[in-house]
Amino acid sequence: MFVSLNWLKNYVDIDNVSAEELAEKITKTGIEVEGIEYVAEQSSNVVVGYVKECEKHPNADKLNLCQVDVGEEELQIICGAPNIAHGQKVAVAKPGAVLPGNFKIKKAKLRGVESNGMICSLQELGIEEKYVPKEYADGIFVFPEDTEVGADALSLLNLDDAILELGLTPNRSDALSMLGVAYEVAAILDVPIRLPKEDVEQSREQASDHVSVKVDDPDLNPYYGAFVIKDIKVGPSPLWMRNYLIAAGIRPINNVVDITNYVLLEYGQPLHAFDYDKFGSKEIVVQRAKQGETMQTLDDQERKLSSDHLVITNGNEPTALAGVMGGANSEVSNDTKTVLLEAAYFNPAAVRTASKDFGLRSESSNRFEKGVDPNRVKRAGLRACQLLSEYANGTVLHGVVEFDELDKKEAEVAITTSKMNERLGTDISNDQIGDILRKLNFKYEQDGEQFSIQVPTRRQDISIFEDMVEEVARIYGYDHLPYTLPQGASQAGGLTELQQLKREVKHYFEGAGLMETITYSLTSKDRATLLVSPEVKESAVTSVELAMPMSEEHSTLRLSILPEMLASLSYNVARKQTNLAYYEVGTVFVSQEETVTKQPDEKLRVSGALTGEWLTHPWQQEKKEVDFFLVKGIVEGLFNKLNIVADYKHLKLEGMHPGRTAQILIGDVPVGFIGQVHPTLQNNFDLKDTYVFDLDLDYLFSIYENEPSFTKIPRYPSITRDIALVVDENLNAGDVETTIFKAGGPLVKEVQVFDVYQGEHLESGKKSLAFRLLYLDPERTLKDEEVEESYQAILTAVKDEHEAELRG
Amino acid sequence: MKERLQALQAEALTKVEEAATLSDLQDIRVAYLGKKGPITEVLRGMGKLSKEERPVIGELANKVRETIANELDAKKEKLEAAGLEKRLEKETLDVTLPGRPVQVGGPHLLTSIVEEIEDLFIGMGFEIKEGPEVETDYYNFEALNLPKGHPARDMQDSFYITEELLMRTHTSPVQARTMGEYKGNKPVKMICPGKVYRRDTDDATHSHQFTQVEGLYVDKNVRMSDLKGVLNRFAKQLFGEDREIRLRPSFFPFTEPSVEMDISCKVCNGEGCSVCKGTGWIEILGGGMVHPRVLEMAGYDPKVYNGFAFGMGPERIAMLKYGVDDIRHFYTNDVRFLQQYHKA
Repeated sequence: MFVSLNWLKNYVDIDNVSAEELAEKITKTGIEVEGIEYVAEQSSNVVVGYVKECEKHPNADKLNLCQVDVGEEELQIICGAPNIAHGQKVAVAKPGAVLPGNFKIKKAKLRGVESNGMICSLQELGIEEKYVPKEYADGIFVFPEDTEVGADALSLLNLDDAILELGLTPNRSDALSMLGVAYEVAAILDVPIRLPKEDVEQSREQASDHVSVKVDDPDLNPYYGAFVIKDIKVGPSPLWMRNYLIAAGIRPINNVVDITNYVLLEYGQPLHAFDYDKFGSKEIVVQRAKQGETMQTLDDQERKLSSDHLVITNGNEPTALAGVMGGANSEVSNDTKTVLLEAAYFNPAAVRTASKDFGLRSESSNRFEKGVDPNRVKRAGLRACQLLSEYANGTVLHGVVEFDELDKKEAEVAITTSKMNERLGTDISNDQIGDILRKLNFKYEQDGEQFSIQVPTRRQDISIFEDMVEEVARIYGYDHLPYTLPQGASQAGGLTELQQLKREVKHYFEGAGLMETITYSLTSKDRATLLVSPEVKESAVTSVELAMPMSEEHSTLRLSILPEMLASLSYNVARKQTNLAYYEVGTVFVSQEETVTKQPDEKLRVSGALTGEWLTHPWQQEKKEVDFFLVKGIVEGLFNKLNIVADYKHLKLEGMHPGRTAQILIGDVPVGFIGQVHPTLQNNFDLKDTYVFDLDLDYLFSIYENEPSFTKIPRYPSITRDIALVVDENLNAGDVETTIFKAGGPLVKEVQVFDVYQGEHLESGKKSLAFRLLYLDPERTLKDEEVEESYQAILTAVKDEHEAELRG
Repeated sequence: MKERLQALQAEALTKVEEAATLSDLQDIRVAYLGKKGPITEVLRGMGKLSKEERPVIGELANKVRETIANELDAKKEKLEAAGLEKRLEKETLDVTLPGRPVQVGGPHLLTSIVEEIEDLFIGMGFEIKEGPEVETDYYNFEALNLPKGHPARDMQDSFYITEELLMRTHTSPVQARTMGEYKGNKPVKMICPGKVYRRDTDDATHSHQFTQVEGLYVDKNVRMSDLKGVLNRFAKQLFGEDREIRLRPSFFPFTEPSVEMDISCKVCNGEGCSVCKGTGWIEILGGGMVHPRVLEMAGYDPKVYNGFAFGMGPERIAMLKYGVDDIRHFYTNDVRFLQQYHKA
């Protein structure tokens, strides 16, 4: 809502505050002023001039040489506007004037003839093209004949105005009108309000002789009032009205249309003017449109209607889409003689449906959708009649023809001072509350600390105690509320064990050198099914898709964090950032239904992706590319931290390197995978070798036992033995390790691979695996014989199970 | 013989003096003090001496030995020290060469901000609650006093999955769920951080996915001044003790009265600048007293219980606190952005 302060001055006295002060006060009281526009901030020295003479420029076809009387002097000005003519009153920027854009007017010579100033168009004076009345769009502006020569043109055009831009919350639709804003300002400044004139002389002729009103569905249209105004002369509306409309962001058209728009802005009540003679009957029927019926709206669009849409008809065909837009067939034109004026209350939801269906958000629909003041509907009609009579030569017929089942009762809200203070934490007195209600222009009865308030219907947002708490508090001033802390029994706040654990997991990965990312949960349909861990894939019947995505890129809920993470790597690599180590903790969305009807399971997972070099130190010629075992080491570190033992086995997974991918199991439970991304997929993302991991954090947390118990530090020495075995090259070290533990007995505490060799000293198809075994008994010193016994048992077992030979 | 010994001493000491290496010294030691050396020889010849002379010459011979040995040791120490010095000098490094880098990771800026906010409220006795990102229409809207067709639903156009399921548009549903969990008979004091989603085209100031932290306190006798006190404390801890706050009336369907909180602009200290659009204030969060219908729907009797709620956007806070100029930075994961905000 744009509020012209010059316009506002008609209703409240604001001369004692500057625009900035007023804006600050309005903002602090509850309606945010998003900006102040000073229309002609940079203009000066523009006056009204009378074009005494106007002839062709001797040396240029398209220019005119004018003698202009500007009051105390006469200026010779060259003007190129096509509509310049002798006898006009025009806006003249005198030499020394400044126009918007810091355009300075100087004396000049144009094609050899002197020109002392400029005759201005509205655009040149800073008015946006779209608000300029059509007749002046391509030329200069012409003042009414009775305008005083030499007067300040900027002031006459209301360009000395300041315009406040209000950012209205949906509840404050009352401030979608100048009167509503005036009430608000009156309460803030504690000044009286002056209401506009609504009384109009009516002819003896009865409006009801010319029209009848029938409403089919009172729920959708509880009030419809029709006025008939004869003898209309369509022409331009008065300059002040055009100025106000422009300030409010509405383009002036003609007096009839301008008056309906003016009253819409003044009262917040949309009106519609039909050309009575084109209406097609003497009967107004408001009804639901027939299914499939069409009508042409004022914007010349053919609209296909359904029974969801409320229309005004002449009994046969629609003449307006109720509350949204009028029909082309009954549009007011320059020849209109009799106006049929509609002032109605349409159901907000019905108007919203129509404006949404047709994509038509108008000043009218916006107000109806939010609910207009039931007590202002008819008054707005009368106000328009008064203006039509005054500015369009109208003769207002007697009476309003109406259908009226509208509830116009005021809401009653009871408050007590003590309850108010309890809720606010304040110490406001009865008198202060009374004073606030008076400022707000709310009627009330007071009995000690009890107030019974009649809330004016313009304030549709107030109906319960809490609404009045806000109303009192905002006029009292939120600034004046004290600062207190809650008095309730205090509880110890904190993180739950799982929340704590989640933070620790993140810290672990960061300590391990990975950077946290946050990627989008909504991904493309293709990516949603990429690199999904087997245990997720097994439980997810479908990927969850949005009903109406904004783009294919963000249409589907992710089943893995990895695809968007790879996209992030790709983004960086494209920007020459090639060494990357990322991790993310987040949810994936698993639905077990073919057609989604229930909320999907949201599974917490941690994923990581690494590419490029890891730990480089160029001048020492050290360079390590990320590889499988780096990533595995990071994952193993997490398991160590969580005190979890995991197994790894080869995994074939689409999108992953077939020989370099492992599924991770805890006992028999699959919890994720690690490995290298398949070279083809790497290529698709323009990535070099990239290694990833993806783990089910929900499961890891569910088996994590946080009971740190003390393990005695061993007092007896341990014994180490090395064992190097020659085995088949396809044998997994992990399998040999399992055998060693099993055969070695309880004294074997650790088995560590310290060498893997394959090459010229070995038979082809064989490799050597060297293990270091650690023997320990925490209770006593070990005997050589028992270690030897265990060692021999291991040798026998690995030979039996893996055909492993001791390396000679 | 005495002369002979003195001559030997002088000769040996001169050689020690002249010796340049440790092996020179060893040669001298063998030559003069060895079993076949001249001093031993002198001592062997002592038999020919008189009884009186013997001890005198013996003593002298021992003294000479001792002197030579001491000088040898002293010289050895000197040569060794010089040798060490020389070696260390050779070991000199270019200390300006770069060190071996340590791979350092770190949290995302949003995580840092969210955890900072969490910790501030934990300090005031709040617990942290989480909830689903795919919500039911009921919890996302209806339980928060936003029935179907409510005009305020326009404010947050949403990503629906079915008619009843959508990507949550705020984390407030977690509040409704928590109140339900507590069954209307005990106080609630919680904050709920998380991801939220709205139908916005991604640009410098909009993101279809972003983060919210909302808070709720429900108890008997909660006052609006408590909201002001808690938010004031929070704002000063997060933005600095020298920041001022102000509350302005606003509108949210789930609170009444509703507030918007501004903090004084840090850039201009409240004087007005381009960052605060000349107002001296920057909007930071919204909140208010919980609407009685919201309490009622969650099973709390609004005649007994009331409370306050608030919500804020960590992206906005991060943008203000660190001057981040484009919200998309939070989601493109450019490593050069991520690295900037790793706190120790």
